[in-house]
Amino acid sequence: MSTRRDFVKTTCLSLAFTLPMEPRLRFEMADPIEPGGVLAPSAFLRIDGDGTVTIWANKSEMGQGVRTSLAMAMAEELDADWSKVKVQQASSAAKFGDLGITGGSQSTRSTFTPYRTMGATAREMLISAAAAKWKVDRAVCKAENGFIVHGTKRIAYGELVEAASKLEPPKDPPLKHAKNFRIVGTDVKRLDGPDIVTGRAQFGSDLKLPGMLYASVQRCPVFGGKLKSVDATAAKAVPGVKRIINISSGVAVLADSTWAALNGREALKIQWDEGAHASASTMEIWKGFEARLKTPGKVVRKEGKGTAALGKNAIHARYDCPFLAHATMEPMVGLADVKPDRCDIYAPSQGPGWSMAAIQQITGMKPEQIEVHMPLLGGGFGRRAMADFIVEAVECSKTAGVPVKVQYSREDDIQHDYYRPGTLHQLSGSLDGSGRPHAWHHRFTGPSIAASLKMPWPPEATELSGAADLAYEIPNMQVEWAQSDTPFPVGFWRAVPASFNPFVTESFLDELAHKAGKDPLDFRVALLKKDEKRKVGHDELDPARLRRVIELAAEKAGWKAWRMAKHAKGRGMGIAAHAYLECGTYVAEVAEVEVLKDGRVKVHRVVCAVDCGLAINPLNIRAQMESGIIFGLSAALHGEITLEKGRVAQNGFSDYPMLRLADSPRIEVHIVKSDLPPGGVGEPGLPPIAPAVANAIFAATGKRIRSMPMTPGKILKAAKA
Amino acid sequence: MSHVEFSVNGFSKAVEVDPDMPLLWVLRDVLGLTGTKFGCGAGVCGCCTLHLNGEAIRACQTPIKEVAGKSVTTIEGLSKDGVHPVQKAWIEEDVAQCGYCQPGQIMQAAWLLSKHPHPTDADINEGMAENICRCGTYNRIRCAIHRAAGDECATGKEA
Ligand code: FES
Ligand code: FES
Repeated sequence: MSTRRDFVKTTCLSLAFTLPMEPRLRFEMADPIEPGGVLAPSAFLRIDGDGTVTIWANKSEMGQGVRTSLAMAMAEELDADWSKVKVQQASSAAKFGDLGITGGSQSTRSTFTPYRTMGATAREMLISAAAAKWKVDRAVCKAENGFIVHGTKRIAYGELVEAASKLEPPKDPPLKHAKNFRIVGTDVKRLDGPDIVTGRAQFGSDLKLPGMLYASVQRCPVFGGKLKSVDATAAKAVPGVKRIINISSGVAVLADSTWAALNGREALKIQWDEGAHASASTMEIWKGFEARLKTPGKVVRKEGKGTAALGKNAIHARYDCPFLAHATMEPMVGLADVKPDRCDIYAPSQGPGWSMAAIQQITGMKPEQIEVHMPLLGGGFGRRAMADFIVEAVECSKTAGVPVKVQYSREDDIQHDYYRPGTLHQLSGSLDGSGRPHAWHHRFTGPSIAASLKMPWPPEATELSGAADLAYEIPNMQVEWAQSDTPFPVGFWRAVPASFNPFVTESFLDELAHKAGKDPLDFRVALLKKDEKRKVGHDELDPARLRRVIELAAEKAGWKAWRMAKHAKGRGMGIAAHAYLECGTYVAEVAEVEVLKDGRVKVHRVVCAVDCGLAINPLNIRAQMESGIIFGLSAALHGEITLEKGRVAQNGFSDYPMLRLADSPRIEVHIVKSDLPPGGVGEPGLPPIAPAVANAIFAATGKRIRSMPMTPGKILKAAKA
Repeated sequence: MSHVEFSVNGFSKAVEVDPDMPLLWVLRDVLGLTGTKFGCGAGVCGCCTLHLNGEAIRACQTPIKEVAGKSVTTIEGLSKDGVHPVQKAWIEEDVAQCGYCQPGQIMQAAWLLSKHPHPTDADINEGMAENICRCGTYNRIRCAIHRAAGDECATGKEA
């Protein structure tokens, strides 16, 4: 029983002082330095006198496990005691250099060697310090799990940091041979796990600064619309509402709690100038796509005679993929603290650098006056590479003169995204006398992410993977892409164009296999016989690696035995693969599905084979494959964003559904052993799943579903046709 | 504004707030307990799951006036130092990816285990049906629940 006296008397205003608030920036600051000196040969590493090793990650953590794998790379070369390793997050401060972007599954590729080198540098300094102390040749000393060892003598790193810190860092410290790895290559649990399961982990949404106000922004529901007028009288009267500010994206209501801000926003009376897209609809967009496909696009790949080789026995098919929202679990959020001479941003961002120009423009400050701090990201998937939520927070804080946190509602998050482009595809293909593909024509259209975001790249740069880089040996090929702008703002979504192109190409390949009367597995393998590596765009394709994952996935799934056996009605198995050349990773997946009477697809089992080069953390690689598969299944079976009267028609998880636990298939992941440089794993698990399911549906029903999402409606319609 | 008294993680609290303010925002914005997450505000994602008088509920759908005199347990109070069997199982299975949904998943799972000490896969399907994980950690969640119950998990193991 509690008594009156037990109650801590609190009100909104006094709380900050009466409650033990979490110290802010727990994700960034290392513990205070104990006496006895530290060894910090770079801004990313600090070894304390008590032996604690603190490593700063320069890539954002959004679930892909990068904080743990970066720390593993550095700790490996340092020969650190893993139980003493902590990870913190680098900010955009100059000492950390350019953080670049966290995306494209590039982090491992770009940071593995630099992080190892930093670890090796410190290790060499510690060895030198120990050798000097023992007055022996440094060649007889070695590093071992947090100690420098010579014969029976051992000395802990912590005891050496002071002496080591006075030494000159070596220029080219030797890196270990992979066979001597002791941390890299083992299953290491994520370092953030304990904070996550206790609720201590700090996400952007969780941060609070003294005097901070909470903001909710009403944006024009029509893309490109502008504010005409706002009557804020009623909103101002809502208890807790402090300020109403017009910002470039709409009207921001600032209040002393998120709830008050949301209520204030409800009470706004706004007139919008809806602009040019007031009557836009997805139906219209698809009509435009249809029209665009009638004329040739830009030829982005040509082999042999191209379309001229198709012949009159070619088969033709049309595929479509919808626009999609990211729907990260944590809705967009940004916190800015703009002071007269300094601006601090606390935002879960995949691209702090990409927001700098905008922040400078709003604040008129120099880069050195601006610092972007990065808490954990409650999911990213490309959405958080954008700067919109940062810009809004900066505009609000600049005007209000206090720190402001802009919190998107789920509706805001779904309706004000940078969407995965919708695309329409026309495929034609023909076989030679022996049943091998002879000619392949793929023409497709959709908006360009590069153009929409004004990237300094050709517009097709962001749209071609899985289409122009098709790995299979087909003597005559022509791939054309045609730009169709739409009212949708578009952006990077997990796997970018490889979230749609492989659905189309791997499905159509299955159509050709069927036409040839061949097993889809044998059909694919026969097209990957030449072992020479070849250049595809900027990247290198190694057909043998793709063949290997296809064979491995098929073998582990029991493909051949399945094809021979009899199965219950509605059951089928399908295979698909994708060479994710941009990040050096090859994945094949086999899906076992059941098409139910009501048209629903139940995916029972997925077998995944992945070759990502050196497997830094197999535990995380398996997690990322599982993640890509589940994310891909949500898109394959459920996801679709539509536009009506210029507005996004969906507003949450009820009409933009996600796969649930009960529908999650059993997933087995098999990792190819390899010494090749490590590749990325955040995206490559996704591309093969939709076509593997589509191919399995075909195997189960004899019906080809050429449209994502593969909904019960489409499946029932196909069954009747 | 109303004066509402209730207990959170064993501590008595009193707040002066809009009686309709959801418990979620009282915890996060007023009391500074941010372990309970906002995912949808509509009762459909499970991010804000916590225990009210021992039952798993959605804090975003629970106005503070309905909490008066009741006892709330959030992820911060599930155990001292993360030693609840569900938290330990979550670490063992390395469930979390981004981690944002996990406080809600853990609170839902702890409640499920209080009702079904040895849940079947079907019990887990049903009990966890309303908790979304956008990172797709579902199979590990399933295994962690079996593990917390001291049972075997077949998911993801080779057949
Ligand atoms: S935030 Fe409460 S259920 Fe989604
Ligand atoms: S771990 Fe990211 S949403 Fe579940």
